[in-house]
Amino acid sequence: MCLAIPMRIDEIRADGTGVADLDGVAREVALSLIADPRVGDYVIVHAGYAIEKLDRQEADERLALFREIAAAWEARPHEVR
Amino acid sequence: MKYVDEFRASPAAAPLRARLGRLGEALSARPGTVNIMEICGSHTMAAARYGLRDLLPPRVRLISGPGCPVCVTPPGYVDAAIELAGRGVTIATFGDMLQVPGSSSSLAQARAAGARIEVCYSPRRALELAAAEPAREVVFLAIGFETTIAPVASLVDLAARERVANLSLLVSFKLVPPALRAVLADPDLSIDAFLCPGHVSAITGTAVYEPFARDRGKPCVIAGFEPLDILFGLCGILAQLAEGRAAVENLYRRAARDAGNPIARAVMERFLRPAAAYWRGIGVLPESGLVLRDEFAAYDAEKRFGLKVGAGREYPGCMCGDVIKGKRLPAQCPLFAKRCTPADPVGPCMVSAEGSCAASYKYERKGGR
Amino acid sequence: MKRAHDTIQLAHGGGGLLSRNLIRDEIVPRFGGGPLEGLPDAARVPMEAGDLVFTTDSYVVSPIEFPGGNIGHLAVHGTVNDLAVCGARPRWISLGLILEEGLSLDLLGRVLDAARDASAGCGVRVVTGDTKVVARGQCDGVFINTSGVGDPMPGFRLDPASIRAGDCILASGTLGDHGMAVLSARHGIDIRPGPTSDTAPVHRLVEAAAPFAPHVRFMRDPTRGGAAAVLNEIVDGRAFGALLREADLPFAAQSQAAAELLGLDLLGVACEGRLLLVCDDAAREGILAAWRARPEGRRARCIGRVDDRAGTVRLETVMGGRRLVDVPQGEVLPRIC
Repeated sequence: MCLAIPMRIDEIRADGTGVADLDGVAREVALSLIADPRVGDYVIVHAGYAIEKLDRQEADERLALFREIAAAWEARPHEVR
Repeated sequence: MKYVDEFRASPAAAPLRARLGRLGEALSARPGTVNIMEICGSHTMAAARYGLRDLLPPRVRLISGPGCPVCVTPPGYVDAAIELAGRGVTIATFGDMLQVPGSSSSLAQARAAGARIEVCYSPRRALELAAAEPAREVVFLAIGFETTIAPVASLVDLAARERVANLSLLVSFKLVPPALRAVLADPDLSIDAFLCPGHVSAITGTAVYEPFARDRGKPCVIAGFEPLDILFGLCGILAQLAEGRAAVENLYRRAARDAGNPIARAVMERFLRPAAAYWRGIGVLPESGLVLRDEFAAYDAEKRFGLKVGAGREYPGCMCGDVIKGKRLPAQCPLFAKRCTPADPVGPCMVSAEGSCAASYKYERKGGR
Repeated sequence: MKRAHDTIQLAHGGGGLLSRNLIRDEIVPRFGGGPLEGLPDAARVPMEAGDLVFTTDSYVVSPIEFPGGNIGHLAVHGTVNDLAVCGARPRWISLGLILEEGLSLDLLGRVLDAARDASAGCGVRVVTGDTKVVARGQCDGVFINTSGVGDPMPGFRLDPASIRAGDCILASGTLGDHGMAVLSARHGIDIRPGPTSDTAPVHRLVEAAAPFAPHVRFMRDPTRGGAAAVLNEIVDGRAFGALLREADLPFAAQSQAAAELLGLDLLGVACEGRLLLVCDDAAREGILAAWRARPEGRRARCIGRVDDRAGTVRLETVMGGRRLVDVPQGEVLPRIC
């Protein structure tokens, strides 16, 4: 029900908004709903609001798991669990 | 797109599909079909956009649930917005609402007839509109589930701080957990597990699903919206079912903390209070919506304009109600793709890009795959 | 519930299903037949001195200026492209302006500069024109109509009925850039320069494909409604369909990002300087090589194949599933859900 996409914070302004980037597309994002936003953070943006920070460690761990699954599949396609 | 593309096109897709297939086989001793409800319309849409239903094991069904705010909006709400527009009010709305049928017309039709309807990507745009024309009333159509509620409710705070006095909200906020209780209470429905909405969960946290897992024995798996997230989430559900477990499992920790977002919840708490809400196709559910607290009545369009949002009149024969609850597939409605199409919808499920009828029409019709 | 068709909606102008129905129900019954048959982008009409190709188009865009161009570029490129995709070499165009009271002369100057530069860049001349002014509120700044005349190029025999299963579908570049540039500007998505319109002439791409003309079945520039609208139009009512491969679709990163933010499918979003071409397999590599040798064809790709699934356009997704690519409905709206 809720389209939201990770964007990187490029700029933080005094009024609680900031500028976030997605592949060269920049838009104003309200940062009032997240704690301690910092330039460089990835945030999940919905309707112009950052609704949560993206946890990069969690994301990287999941991607590492996907890489592992893919590697195991390539090695022995029929034994992956 | 960082943290998007990697979850979309990946060499892990093939092994995850294989894993899903293997888990499906492990469940083959179970009688009947395995019914997984994807609560959230964005899951419905992503499943259709990536052809994921093609990849499900035989006898595993993905059923669309009531988590599309546009689809559960009653025609009376649209009628009220059109009524306000007729009184010379500017209606500011997310694009999603424009084609939703009211009892006799939609906002797009009202706009063609001269009403001022402004499509906004962000609720903050409504504040700009109101500030730009102080002599004109602006009403924002405040629809949405937990994800959208805090951003929209923040408008009240902004309007107060910036002393914008001509902005109000027509509130029809809805909450996910009461809808799940209603789905489970329906004797005609047999849901085995829930694929829970990642972005709602980012606000609510995982605890709201505990009763469904603990007391009702339904696995609840929180998943993101990229195709690998969904496949991974479905694997998580089938694994629980195969092991006879039912737990709340958060597989979207990169965006949804187990505790949710307390700041967003505090904003909701400050401006809103629970109230009964009317759900299209389901009816009135107690404590299933949020309305503005009395001290913010000045921002409540219903009170400000002396308006009462009723249920309105649904198109005869429209089965959106059954479709929303997952009782019927879109193609089982006699109006589907005949009287009701995305170009000329009679029911909301055909309107919203994430409505199950629209998703089905757009991506899965005619067995065209 | 009233039918949506009782009054003109914005979606009737969106190039999707409603546009199609409007033309089918209101225009064709009154004016159909003759060179209008099959509704080509331009008509080939016999004249005493030989055939000529003739087209007209009107341009309305909000905002009038957008990243990558303005309505003046569109008005020239659009008409040049309508001629080009019908296998004509564009020669002469007209320029009709409808101006709103209060329009800034500076802005009008920029629009006319753009039209002048675009026609010079295309090698066409503006040879006739007209200007009308309407009261404030009766149009949105400036509306432009251009008509164009061109010479048929020898060798092209373009007819969707000649398309066969196994044919290739080529795209000359990234899809949806114009629509995303305009939508991003309209909805304030971009603060920095974001998606840039692809407004450009395609006639040199048509000329580059001319050595393969006998192998070319059909060409179209995917404007309103994007590639999805064009491909659905080609397969509509025919014994063949199209299967696209998501992994092969060329998209510009910024357009893709903006589409993601607004919840849009780039296949249904307009281009103003791209060419979709259907040819037999033998000509595929030759045409792609000829296109890629030109700056505007650098990102040319074969995006899919014609197959025998009658009347449908389908997409093989990056996940290996398949789904339908439907005709866009009309108005492109940003959504949050």
